[in-house]
Amino acid sequence: MPLVLNDEQTMLRDNARGFLSKNAGIAHLRQLRDSRDETGFSRKLWKDFVEMGWAGILIPQNYGGLGLGHVEAGVVMEELGRTLTPSPFLSTALIAASAITHAGNEKQKSHYLPKIAAGELIATLAIDETSKHRPENIALTATRSGAGYALKGAKTFVVDGHVADLLIVAARTSATPGETKGLTLFLIDSKTKGVNAERTPMVDTHNSARITFDNVTILADAVLGKIDEAWEALEGALNVGRAAIASELLGAGEEAFARTVRYLRERKQFGRLIGEFQALQHRAANLYCELELTRSVVLKALQTLDESFANAGAIVSIAKAKAGATATLAVQEAVQMHGGIGMTDEFDVGLFMKRVRVGQELFGDANFHADRLARLSHY
Amino acid sequence: MSDLETFRKDTKAWLEANCPAEMRQPPRSEDDTCWGGRRWKFQSDAQRVWLERMAEKGWTVPDWPREYGGGGLSRDQLKILRQEMRALGCRSPLDSFGIWMLGPALLKYGNEEQKHEHLPKIARGEIRWCQGYSEPGAGSDLASLQTRAEDKGDNFLVNGSKIWTSYADRADWIFCLVRTDPNSPKHSGISFLLFDMQSPGVSTKPITLISGASPFCETFFDDVLVPKHNLVGTLNKGWEIAKYLLTHERDMIGGMGSTSDSRSLGQSAAESVGLENGVLGDTVLRSQIASYEIDAAAFRLTMERAGDLAKVGQAHPAISSLLKYYGTELNKRRLELTMSAGGSDALEWEGEKSREGFTARAWLRSKANSIEGGTSEVQLNIIAKRILGLPGA
Repeated sequence: MPLVLNDEQTMLRDNARGFLSKNAGIAHLRQLRDSRDETGFSRKLWKDFVEMGWAGILIPQNYGGLGLGHVEAGVVMEELGRTLTPSPFLSTALIAASAITHAGNEKQKSHYLPKIAAGELIATLAIDETSKHRPENIALTATRSGAGYALKGAKTFVVDGHVADLLIVAARTSATPGETKGLTLFLIDSKTKGVNAERTPMVDTHNSARITFDNVTILADAVLGKIDEAWEALEGALNVGRAAIASELLGAGEEAFARTVRYLRERKQFGRLIGEFQALQHRAANLYCELELTRSVVLKALQTLDESFANAGAIVSIAKAKAGATATLAVQEAVQMHGGIGMTDEFDVGLFMKRVRVGQELFGDANFHADRLARLSHY
Repeated sequence: MSDLETFRKDTKAWLEANCPAEMRQPPRSEDDTCWGGRRWKFQSDAQRVWLERMAEKGWTVPDWPREYGGGGLSRDQLKILRQEMRALGCRSPLDSFGIWMLGPALLKYGNEEQKHEHLPKIARGEIRWCQGYSEPGAGSDLASLQTRAEDKGDNFLVNGSKIWTSYADRADWIFCLVRTDPNSPKHSGISFLLFDMQSPGVSTKPITLISGASPFCETFFDDVLVPKHNLVGTLNKGWEIAKYLLTHERDMIGGMGSTSDSRSLGQSAAESVGLENGVLGDTVLRSQIASYEIDAAAFRLTMERAGDLAKVGQAHPAISSLLKYYGTELNKRRLELTMSAGGSDALEWEGEKSREGFTARAWLRSKANSIEGGTSEVQLNIIAKRILGLPGA
């Protein structure tokens, strides 16, 4: 498949860009932050997303979705990255919808997917338990109890965790932390007794929560996919999330870069435009190259998820690592090249730096993915 | 079956039937790659047969038109041919500056007579070309070149000297930038000439490099007569051709690192450094290698994307500066890591075991990548001005 967007994908990108810049620009994020909005995103805006079909972008048409691919999902994520728009698109429409589509039984799919597509259900994957992303170290236990299971433990860094209606919880049903076997996914209503979600306000003002499971008892039909053998499904859902975040990081990095290049063309010091200084020109040119490389590898990762879902692990790790590193460089250069004004809250580039730091960390930072790639390559 | 699928099937079958087993091994030295020319000595029958068979198909220059000795392949077909060659591990049948640089320039700027005269000989590996660009006083500032060609009726009279002329001592012909109008501003007044290196007055002197090899020469022109029909394009308008050719040179140099090694750096490091609990014993080196592999994969995909963008007319004309800059810096990184992984073994300069210091010499050779064909700094200048639109100095 050629590494360019086709006409429909280009149209989706243009539409998304137009809509988001008009309705959900940086001012929107500031408004949510400054009003200390309790939901953390605009339900009205989410309704607009639903009407455009975005909530069901990955969901098959027979479950009420658009049935589009990961490239399309990535196109929207990239635009959300440009505007830093908080929304449940990542948690619900991409990761949760994908997990249920791939691992769910018919009953689960026909129950949950149409609700997600219709915007009636916020759902999220609860995975991390420590401050670094180490999915094989899951220690939250689910033990047999009566006709179902009892869950004990805690999750952290759960995207949209305090507003989610449905939690997809990765739990250990056998083996020990550090092993990829013995894991099981559960679909848990967030209102179930013993579930406690506490919002953890983050540096980027996007939603995150810590959730405790205090002997939460659920029925056996809450199992999503195979008991003890959830690793593959979990990796699948995480890969969707990683590729999506990589797209968002690309969008955020490119926007920060575009703002920086504009500034280099208009800011004068020493009687000259600062963009005339070769010290800045070369750094900007290098960053441009890094962004172009990132665009290539992110697109390839998204295409691979569409073409060969089960074999996307390595390319997704490459994309996530590259996007994390590039976007980090882009926001650092943005603040430095803007000088003092880049340090002010009033100016927007700092907001990009904050979101990129969170995106870098989410579902594994560049170090995690470099390590994962090395393991996959046997060294 | 679609046309392209049929093409893939036929190509695969033809390669399997026609590529000698020896030509499916990675090249072990520079001479394992055929550069052709009047004085070329084939390393083996297999090398000769492989060149002849591929030239017969037009596949030494697969995308050139058939009438000039090419294969007439579309971009899609070319991509398939390259994929199938890679899958079988086929060596390139013929490498040359005629293929990579002069050919594309002649196809765009040459007249019919020049195309018919020179292109088929390039395609068949009969004439080996060298590039007369840099001069002792004109390196990165190429347009300040001083080699002059005076109008002498039917001929030009060429005087001056070039430097860093790759393989001038082994080349049959040269494509050469000369100043034909000394009074106009430096970018005007340059012309693009072709001439035989056996012409009276041409001499070459190899330069020994830090790698111990002498791929570059000093080249001297002392009253060399060049027939006027060897002028390519318009008199005094050679700079445009020079720049066009440079973009091809940059693509060539930028792409070098990505094709030379089929095995991953991590895997070869695992052999030399050893594994502990399944991971490379040197964990700092391991993360540097992984980080390199990530960038290398992203770069390979960017070359692929640049081709796809060109096909739909969306490639930025200065994209070759990106590929040249990033590809050569990446290649230098790869060889630094190869040296690090190889430890003291990689430092051996002579002897059978090290294949006469293959790794160390390749490492040193790679340092020229970010200088030749326009330095990394020149490429960054081009990106800053032509792509980012930053104000010029």
